[in-house]
Amino acid sequence: MISLARGAVEAATAAGASDAEAYAVEDSGREVRAHGGEVESLSSATQRGIGIRAWIGKRVGYAYGTDLSEAGVTALAARAAEAARVADEDEFAGPPSSSPAAQVSDLSDPTLGEWSTDRLAGLALAIEAAALAADSRIAGVEQAVYADSAESVALASSLGIAGEYSSSSCYGYVQALAEGDGGRETGLGFDLGRGPAALDPAAIGREGAERAAAMIGAGKPKSRSCPVVLDPTVAASFVALIGRGLAASAVQRGRSPFAERLGDEVANPVLSLHDDGLDTEGFASAPFDAEGVPRRRTALIEASVLHTYLYDTYTANRGDAASTGNASRSGYRSQPSVSASNLIVAAGELSFDELLNEAGDGVLVTDVAGLHSGVNPVSGVFSVGASGRAIRDGELSEPLREFTIASDLVSMLRAVRAVGADSRWVPFGGSVKTPSLLVGEMTVAGS
Amino acid sequence: MSGLIPAEGAERVLAAALANGGDFAEVFAERSAGLTMAIDESRVESVQAGAAAGAGVRVISGATTYFSHVDGLELADIERAAGEAAAALRAERTEPRPLSAAQTTPLPIEVAPAGVPAERKAELLRELDQRGRGAGPEIAQFTASYAEVRREVSVANSEGLYSGDDRTRVRIGAQAVARRDGTVETGAETLGAHCGFELFDDDPGAIAEAASRKALTLLDAGPAPAGLMPVVVGGGFGGVLFHEMTGHGLEADHIQKGASVYVGKLGEQVARPLLTAYDDGRLPNEWGSDAIDDEGVPTQKTRVIEEGRLTAYLYDGVTARREGAAPTGNGRRESFRHLPVPRMTNTYIAPGDAEPEAMIAEVKRGFYAVSFAGGQVDPATGDFVFGVSEGYLIEGGRVTRPCRGATLIGNCLEALAAIDAVGNDFEMKTGVCGKAGQRVPVGTGQGHVRIQAMTVGGTEV
Repeated sequence: MISLARGAVEAATAAGASDAEAYAVEDSGREVRAHGGEVESLSSATQRGIGIRAWIGKRVGYAYGTDLSEAGVTALAARAAEAARVADEDEFAGPPSSSPAAQVSDLSDPTLGEWSTDRLAGLALAIEAAALAADSRIAGVEQAVYADSAESVALASSLGIAGEYSSSSCYGYVQALAEGDGGRETGLGFDLGRGPAALDPAAIGREGAERAAAMIGAGKPKSRSCPVVLDPTVAASFVALIGRGLAASAVQRGRSPFAERLGDEVANPVLSLHDDGLDTEGFASAPFDAEGVPRRRTALIEASVLHTYLYDTYTANRGDAASTGNASRSGYRSQPSVSASNLIVAAGELSFDELLNEAGDGVLVTDVAGLHSGVNPVSGVFSVGASGRAIRDGELSEPLREFTIASDLVSMLRAVRAVGADSRWVPFGGSVKTPSLLVGEMTVAGS
Repeated sequence: MSGLIPAEGAERVLAAALANGGDFAEVFAERSAGLTMAIDESRVESVQAGAAAGAGVRVISGATTYFSHVDGLELADIERAAGEAAAALRAERTEPRPLSAAQTTPLPIEVAPAGVPAERKAELLRELDQRGRGAGPEIAQFTASYAEVRREVSVANSEGLYSGDDRTRVRIGAQAVARRDGTVETGAETLGAHCGFELFDDDPGAIAEAASRKALTLLDAGPAPAGLMPVVVGGGFGGVLFHEMTGHGLEADHIQKGASVYVGKLGEQVARPLLTAYDDGRLPNEWGSDAIDDEGVPTQKTRVIEEGRLTAYLYDGVTARREGAAPTGNGRRESFRHLPVPRMTNTYIAPGDAEPEAMIAEVKRGFYAVSFAGGQVDPATGDFVFGVSEGYLIEGGRVTRPCRGATLIGNCLEALAAIDAVGNDFEMKTGVCGKAGQRVPVGTGQGHVRIQAMTVGGTEV
């Protein structure tokens, strides 16, 4: 892999690039979908590809492809150089210099390959069976899924970067269907880890079933302003949005609610947020980022104060800062851009029940919908669909659906009144680990 | 039109796929090439060329699908993928039928984008940038994007089907940010089609002005109302509402799993008689059109609702076979790396007879949702939510002021039955729809549509 990447760099410089970088990846993945006690589909594949970034002076272009023959890579390198010629000059464009990779261990589960597809199918079926057995009101399961991926990445550049690493990940999830009260409800259960041994199929099934059954008979809440508890899955969605706003690319282009707020008090002191590219459990962890800069741990919000944005090499050049090792890509088909690695909200001390008690009267939100459309990424103003439970006298009460919660990201961060101890990794929209959060006040719109 | 794998080669792959038994086997081969670029801060950047070729092989045995895919179009590699897909089967070999080539005609492409110099595309972006920024001094940011892709596909299956398609799509998008004091608003517009560079013959810069106009309008916006009220939905991209709240629930995989509120509703009145709707993969050069679906079935026009009565579900091969229904040409996949699933093509509400102005004039207090930032639905429960990107308050039968941050929320069956007027105007828009981790191009369309009562989620309680 690394020799392939080195060859691509040479081909690009031969095609006229003043500097070049190549990112090669090989990924083997398997997926099992179970439904109705049978395996619905079983997929397996290995894919390889390469992405080449070429600089010609201050112009940059990108090309990717799957033809890894010498002729294929040469043609691709030429296309990357051609693309650079079309782009306008950008004074901040340029490749990162080489620095030693960070140390991070246990990114792969060595036993992953020992699991046969039959055994993985058994795992998916066990998830479904657990959901069906958990509650008599579970009418079925839309899908129970197991998927894994083992990835090898190699990166080389004309400035001497040359690195390789491997990592693995897997997850299981279920979408359970509950029926009752003349309606149908769904509930998601999930778990993730480096290998299938880390998954607990019974817990995944049970979570999906419990979430679905809890929603039976849900009604709309009255429209009002009140305390809102976000469970970890919902809190994670918002934390991922905040992470997007903290990317220097969004800030520098005036498209972030956190622009010009460095050093400001942007959150309640109970909340602290880190980006950690070296946490062993985080799926975004690696010895180096998507352009070869070492991953690291970065304090973003601590003691109310916004300490830094997230940078890659380009935004660091432009912002007169140092890269925080936050270049990332979604595979070889995308060129590097700034994004959070693993976002981690520090756990508090309150149990979930204590958090409800602290809320008094309000709403627990267990699911949000429409995050991609209901949030203004520039202003941070949001209004998203939600479902959950009423909180009365500090205890969970009737289920609620078809309401919206509205606020803006900074107001919400400032209104966080307490942080739970129930931290959990959530892989939706990024890699996030967060506990439940109690927001002192938010607009709830229902009937 | 089946050039990617020769027929004899495809027959060998299918035989290898059925070597350990199975009811059905298929090979789907694809070669794609594309170019994307963007303009941001008046600078052309993110110029990116991509190419991929590969094949996916699936074997269906009983209720189970076995799937494997491989990069590249080398026959030996594809045969190996077929072997991998077959590896978990234990039965006697089954024989595929001999292939017979289907005659298909790809949609006409006048000017192949790959033949247009990249510099011309950069110029197009610069024109969008000038037009967008020229809309007013309060436009603080403007970005635009250009994308072209050509996908050649070939499909062969054990029932003798041997077909292919050659698809070219182009699309441009514009996003504007307007700023006044502390207020920041955004506006977006797109233009796309299943056609060539000729799409841009006719004033492509208009979308830049439209995006800027939306952002500027919203600078004057007040908070959105909250609560239950009549909602008039605009034409064109307003059709995403129907796409989400009805279209997804008609996809046969959701139906067969009981995960749709439209289960058992075929033949029933689900809307008032004023509503008729279609899924049509044959609309000439529309964004969601193709000659065949990704299983080789010719695309078709399917009437899903006829005068308020539910008349059809949308099938792929697997779901059609499962209940002995005829496929509807809705088996689509993002690429050779994905299994086909039932997907919409171009979905739209047919024009009605109401005047859009009159539809608004009849509303005392309500909300006018002109376009959406997107939407999401849980087909099983029918609960949906839409983010409104451009919306206005209706007071005393008149559109009075723009609103920011509104969300529409409701339940499919209730909202569909509550449509009490369909406008005589009509427009189609382009979208990219996500399902099962796969994104495919879809068209959405309608004229103005009024929903008697729906929950608007704003901040003004």
